[in-house]
Amino acid sequence: MGKEIVINPVTRIEGHAKITIHLDDDAAVKEARFHVTDFRGFEKFCEGRPFYEMPNITARSCGICPVSHLLASAKACDAIVGVNAPKTAVMLRRLIHDGQMIQSNALNLFHLSFPDLLLGMDADPAERNIFGLIAKQPDLARQGIRLRKFGQELIEKVAGKRVHSADWIMPGGAKWPLSKENADYLRGNLPEAMDITLKTLALFKKCLAEFAEEVQNFGNFPTYYLGLVTAKGGLELYDGNIRVVDAGGKIVADQLDPARYYEYIGEAVEPWSYMKFPYYKPLGYPEGVYRVGPLARLNVASHCDTPLANEELKEFKKLGKNGVVQSTFLYHYARLVEILFCIEKAKLLLDDPEILSERVSAKAFVNNYEGVGVAEAPRGTLIHHYKVDPRGMMTWANMIIATEHNNLAFNKAITQVAKKYVKSKQLNEGMLNRVEAVIRAFDPCLSCATHAVGQMALDVQLIDAEGKLVDRKTR
Amino acid sequence: MSNSTVTLKIDGVEITVPEGTMILKAATDNGIRIPTLCALEGLSNSGGCRLCLVEIAGSPKLFAACITPVSSGMVVTTNSERLKEYRKMTVQLLLSERTHVCSVCVANDHCELQSLANELGVDHVMFERKWTDYKIDSTHDFLVIDRNRCILCTRCIRVCDEIEGAHTLDLKMRGKDTQVIMDLDNNWGVSCSCTSCRKCAKVCPVGAIYVEEEPLARTKHKEIAEFLLARRRR
Repeated sequence: MGKEIVINPVTRIEGHAKITIHLDDDAAVKEARFHVTDFRGFEKFCEGRPFYEMPNITARSCGICPVSHLLASAKACDAIVGVNAPKTAVMLRRLIHDGQMIQSNALNLFHLSFPDLLLGMDADPAERNIFGLIAKQPDLARQGIRLRKFGQELIEKVAGKRVHSADWIMPGGAKWPLSKENADYLRGNLPEAMDITLKTLALFKKCLAEFAEEVQNFGNFPTYYLGLVTAKGGLELYDGNIRVVDAGGKIVADQLDPARYYEYIGEAVEPWSYMKFPYYKPLGYPEGVYRVGPLARLNVASHCDTPLANEELKEFKKLGKNGVVQSTFLYHYARLVEILFCIEKAKLLLDDPEILSERVSAKAFVNNYEGVGVAEAPRGTLIHHYKVDPRGMMTWANMIIATEHNNLAFNKAITQVAKKYVKSKQLNEGMLNRVEAVIRAFDPCLSCATHAVGQMALDVQLIDAEGKLVDRKTR
Repeated sequence: MSNSTVTLKIDGVEITVPEGTMILKAATDNGIRIPTLCALEGLSNSGGCRLCLVEIAGSPKLFAACITPVSSGMVVTTNSERLKEYRKMTVQLLLSERTHVCSVCVANDHCELQSLANELGVDHVMFERKWTDYKIDSTHDFLVIDRNRCILCTRCIRVCDEIEGAHTLDLKMRGKDTQVIMDLDNNWGVSCSCTSCRKCAKVCPVGAIYVEEEPLARTKHKEIAEFLLARRRR
């Protein structure tokens, strides 16, 4: 048995995971596997519950992006009752979704990832966290907290609560309108959020050159990309249809109906992980690797509907070939562009007088026995698919969570990092940091993805060609 | 009820009430709050929830205040440490007996069991939970019963019988398996006696009976029994 070295738990990934690195006969890295070790069973225990409880139940799979679950679930419920939510309800849903996107992306960037990027990958783990960032760069840390607060307040002022605002949403719309007072408050806070985002973008672009090695080696490999786009191919987060592009930037499928996701997305299962392995059906398994999330969304989108984000998108796309950026490291950059897009969108929504309309719900009961709801969660395309009996009791549920789509890509990414940094039969701290950082760049939400609960613990095992454990590190 | 009165002490306060008054009413009318779940003004008392247990000097037994009449010279304690402990335990037993998950319940923030648990400081349940899996009956056009959330207070049964006069609801089975049923244990949707008056949903202290898609805050109206009785007397 190899020795076990325990490192202080400095963990900034959501969930519970284990990584095994498999060596070949020459002790070179053959493959690395990302195992997710918890199980929650949402799809099963939802059975028998009334469909209108689903937004509330499924939102509980995650405390970071409950809004995305609320929306995907509410859209599936809209499909079951067979009504279109009134225009204002859709605007308000989009508004809280913008808030969700801003707060979640800000959380990943400032609280989880900037400590690596601004304090250095090899900095002392005890300081490489948000507190270290506050000590070293207090203004930046404060701005990050302010920006996240703005996103959270967008949700709170519209839907009543920052986290799990499930009382507000309902099949066919929302339960209450936005007050003028709250709209004014949010409008008043927009300029500060915009200012912070633009400053952070400038800072990020400035230090991008320092990370040339990471950009090159952090999950920099060709895959397909999948995400929602508008009818004209623009960046879309709440509605729209699915577009798939390949690594060369060619659109391989466009305007696919998200409600028929099962025609082009398959779900494979491996015995060593509770997280399923979605794959793009035309390519088969396991070749059908595709990525979702901020990077993928910017890769599939031809443009942004808002001026500032559109300029940033153009600049971002220059980092890749034919507008497709491959490096997982650049998810961080994509996150910032998306925050900008969401702030611009939120401004447009808040400036539209119709946002204050009191007609926010359409009432109906079960008219269809099946419904699919799809939205772009911060981490990627989120799919909720329900079947109900004539009285609206759930008989079947399937959820494909954003993080799951990236599962095949995770394995590819950590294999790449392991090949680059595992040089002997021993694991070292620098290698561990980089494996962790590459996973963090994806910003996985493992609790959501397995619909599982647990505390993040990273357990990396090095396994030789005979299957023997040669080294192991946990944190 | 005769015109004569009785004087007793509740929590050290001397109180005079008409003979035959229950301790709960004597206390409530004099500003002394005793926690309850099954008792409801306007309905008969059933003494089922055991939350209104009080101590009476001279007896080692505990008495349910809602069904124990006052007597002259009685000395009642409503809030000793022992009673607090028993009440906490009773709430925990209620929570453990079925499937109570506040976060996803329609009654969240509008639930008498939840607020009582908060008030009594019940922050965990020491008993193993049963996690019942009774099928929800949503066959009625808009009324739903989720027996997994039922605490068997029987308010719905009493309001249906005593105020609406329909007696659609009743109980079957015994002990922890007791369930509220409609007619002779039919689906609600085929009940021939139910008038769809919603009173059961209005008085349900938890999220067991509710009106589909209607916020509980709007449905709940537990004063309905007292209100209707007063109207009838006019």
